Amino acid sequence: MSRRPFVRQVSRTRWYFKHSRYLRYMSREVTCVFIGAFALLLLCAVERLSEGQAAYESFLAAITGPWSILGLSIVLIFAVHNAISWFNVTPKALPVQIGEGFLPGRFIVAAHYAAWILISLAVLFFAGVL
Amino acid sequence: MNERMVQLDVLRYDPQIDDEPHFQRYEVPCKEEWVVLDALNAIKESIDPTLNYRWSCHMAVCGSCGMMINGEPRLSCHAFLRDFEGVIRVEPLANFPIERDLVTVADDFIDKLKRVKPYLIPGETRSIDEGEYIQTPAQLMKYRHFSMCINCMLCYAACPQYALQPLFLGPAAITLAHRYNLDSRDGGRDERQQVIATNEGVWECSFVGACSEVCPKAVDPAGALQQVKVASTLDWFREHLLPGDTK
Repeated sequence: MSRRPFVRQVSRTRWYFKHSRYLRYMSREVTCVFIGAFALLLLCAVERLSEGQAAYESFLAAITGPWSILGLSIVLIFAVHNAISWFNVTPKALPVQIGEGFLPGRFIVAAHYAAWILISLAVLFFAGVL
Repeated sequence: MNERMVQLDVLRYDPQIDDEPHFQRYEVPCKEEWVVLDALNAIKESIDPTLNYRWSCHMAVCGSCGMMINGEPRLSCHAFLRDFEGVIRVEPLANFPIERDLVTVADDFIDKLKRVKPYLIPGETRSIDEGEYIQTPAQLMKYRHFSMCINCMLCYAACPQYALQPLFLGPAAITLAHRYNLDSRDGGRDERQQVIATNEGVWECSFVGACSEVCPKAVDPAGALQQVKVASTLDWFREHLLPGDTK
């Protein structure tokens, strides 16, 4: 009797609609587009800064308009989603064994949030906001 | 004992007759405490003896009866009928070719499993006179949860990376390699790294996490793969940034 296995095709463009867990994954992955865009904006800021005070102030004026603030707010939402989704999975990648047991994952996640808050406060402090 | 009629849509494929698989509906009198596997057994015994599927232990130990049940990779011996409403859709495990009905071709997984050398490769050879390889409970706990894998392949059926890139070694094989790498009695990590720390190995994983969500033994393959990535990255830094061959 000859074998004739049947191979089911997987859509390369629509596979993530098959299950909510795949959509959740894609929502995390798509955040990189917004974070990449913000990184480019930061590079532009550095370039304008190198051109002098007037150039930098005109750049600041350009990104404080209502549309810019709306765009940056969207980027912030995606950045927060990216950070939270990655923080929540860090215990899988970085388990901490103590004797015969493991440190509960919530402590590892909490340590990341604490570091996030401290670094944010430091940035605000050095920026002269605090 | 309460009985009720349960409807199952089972994907059928006879390679001698069919060009492609098709669903066949069965109405089965089922007892309240039955699982999907019991319903399939009832079909085979009383309704349609031509139905093909794999099973053995009926207690979530052998890993033979994995199927897609309402689109989710499950062990059919662990899927209680009382947890489903309406018609239950039963298909062969996704991402594997269908041999016949609910039986898949597992050759790819078996080959990959062999390649990662999922067995102890002692770091030091000891004679019988020198006694057993001693391991502390803490050393055991380091890898114990990864050793619970029953090779059921549900993680492969859930993994979209494996679906899109069949060359990917996949969750279970890499997890079992990691299990032996973590074993204090083992010295085979360098051999396994050549297989798992590659583009088609752990770096094909993008941490969807579906493997861990469907694992019936709470092995957490996604965790194992991320730990392999961390360890492999540290290897790279040691090789490229530290003087001498410190691997």
